[in-house]
Amino acid sequence: MNIDKRLVRKDSLEKLFDILKQNSKKIYAPVTKNGKTTFRDTASFSLISTGYIQTTESSKDIAFPRTEKLLDYSKNKEGMSVKGIDLKDIPEVILWGIRPCDAIGIGELGSIFNWDYKDEIYNNRSSKVTVFGFSCNKSDEYCFCTSVGGNPGNTEGSDILFTRMGEDGDYIAEILTEKGQAVAEIASGIFERLETADKEKFLADVPVKFNHNEISEKLDKFFESKEWVDQSLRCLGCGACAYVCPTCACFDIEDEAHGKNGSRVRCWDSCGFSHFTVHTSGHNPRDVQSARWRQRIMHKFSYMPERLSVYGCTGCGRCSRACPVDMNILEHLISIQEVTV
Amino acid sequence: MMDNLYMPYLMRIERITYEAPGVKTFMLKFVNEADEDKFSYKAGQFGEYSVYGVGESTFCIASPPTRKGYIECTFRQTGKVTNALSGCEEGSIIGFRGPYGNVFPIEEWKGKSLLFIAGGIALPPMRCVIWNALDLRENFKDVTIIYGARTVKDLVYKDELKDWELRKDVKLITTVDPGGESPDWKGEIGFVPTIVEKIAPSSKDTIAIVCGPPVMIKYTFPVLAKLGFTDENIYTTLENRMKCGFGKCGRCNVGKVYVCKDGPVFTVAQLKELPDEY
Repeated sequence: MNIDKRLVRKDSLEKLFDILKQNSKKIYAPVTKNGKTTFRDTASFSLISTGYIQTTESSKDIAFPRTEKLLDYSKNKEGMSVKGIDLKDIPEVILWGIRPCDAIGIGELGSIFNWDYKDEIYNNRSSKVTVFGFSCNKSDEYCFCTSVGGNPGNTEGSDILFTRMGEDGDYIAEILTEKGQAVAEIASGIFERLETADKEKFLADVPVKFNHNEISEKLDKFFESKEWVDQSLRCLGCGACAYVCPTCACFDIEDEAHGKNGSRVRCWDSCGFSHFTVHTSGHNPRDVQSARWRQRIMHKFSYMPERLSVYGCTGCGRCSRACPVDMNILEHLISIQEVTV
Repeated sequence: MMDNLYMPYLMRIERITYEAPGVKTFMLKFVNEADEDKFSYKAGQFGEYSVYGVGESTFCIASPPTRKGYIECTFRQTGKVTNALSGCEEGSIIGFRGPYGNVFPIEEWKGKSLLFIAGGIALPPMRCVIWNALDLRENFKDVTIIYGARTVKDLVYKDELKDWELRKDVKLITTVDPGGESPDWKGEIGFVPTIVEKIAPSSKDTIAIVCGPPVMIKYTFPVLAKLGFTDENIYTTLENRMKCGFGKCGRCNVGKVYVCKDGPVFTVAQLKELPDEY
């Protein structure tokens, strides 16, 4: 569909929120608590954080919850009954205030969950999310979306993208999809006619730091490099990077038993954990942290581009911000680009 | 089923066979006939077997697709799930989802001789393809099976080994590691690679299928190369830890190759393309 550009006045944003709430929409928006900004089911506009460059955690758990039930079972006299999660119970939500680097991550996750086998649980959740992206007018030293094909005003993945015109200005609203259109129609008075507007001049300046095509090509022959050891010597294997990442999809499947009943759940996991690949025999194909760090980078910048035609990194920079030992993915990627094999 | 990739079939344990210390075979039948009707698989594929309340575990389907109406699996009691499975009785209900992964290209092997080499608990993934080939025996020339275990007790499928020994159209060689023999042991004594070298099977028009512990595989491949087998004519299966079985959970890949989707069956030529991470 054609992109419909509209004007949303700065004072109208709250009205938009209220109208959507009156229409019993569930809205997940960034809320700051104890110094951390995360997406929460938000009752009031006044709770929504402003001024954040990036939320502490990504929004991925809206479509890929950190612990998610796959099925329930119960043992009874007749034997066993097992019931899968009812997809009809998954609620429709509006994801308010996500950055373009998170919005693009929803599609990258989707390509993993649809690689030949269609994961209808993920698809159902993500299809019920309407994404209100907010362009970035500020960035920090960890941001590198432009180096992985994104940009601070990227429309990909959003249903409506809001770009603020200046520090205290009104918003340009780009209505990008039918889903966005449907929500805009509920509050049609809010979306006013827009004469002309050039959003580019309001966007943050995020310089390109490396060439992702060159890195992918180089990684093809980089498996044995000692750079992996140098980079990961201080890695604790804590998995924080995977936890905050918008595209990390690795998961575990576990059973939770309560007497004769119970559930099978999937939970976020991380390739950084030492036990992630360990066999029952004790043999571990990725037996050292450098092999696990290599997997993280290779998966995102080599295996995913080759197998799924997408990158597994959106340049959000969260892993670098979250790392307790200051491993900086941007610096590591630049050094991979610079080092001679 | 189509909505939920993680939904297992309910399977009833029809028969339990004690194979070796800690090793059992389950014959499983579908609880719902409709599931059985739509289920089909090929030799080499695997599945996720589950005890509800404990979890899932990955192993191959050990029975051949030429035998209908049931599947079998053979496992050693080692981890949480295999311990729980081991505690199941005949009549118990367990979960199974699959089949996943690629297959042994049996159709392509028509007219050739087959050489099976297995060690220990790695006979089960091969038993599926052995029986598949024996059920279509006229399609193949010589069939040779070399099977070794640490001790006589550790040999699995003892009844079937007897069957194969008696068959005129199968050449079976069994061996146990030095020190693992019993007083009445009539088979070979020695590690599998050594016995392969001693028997020196012909590589002419022959496909070799090798499954076993990493150390056995490592020393068997060079012996086969010496006997004239090309890398394209030696097949094996890889086993890596898995959770989903279909390319999403992120742990079985060896470089860009996913054991669950691209494997578990590989030729040595394919293995040589992979990084050393399995």
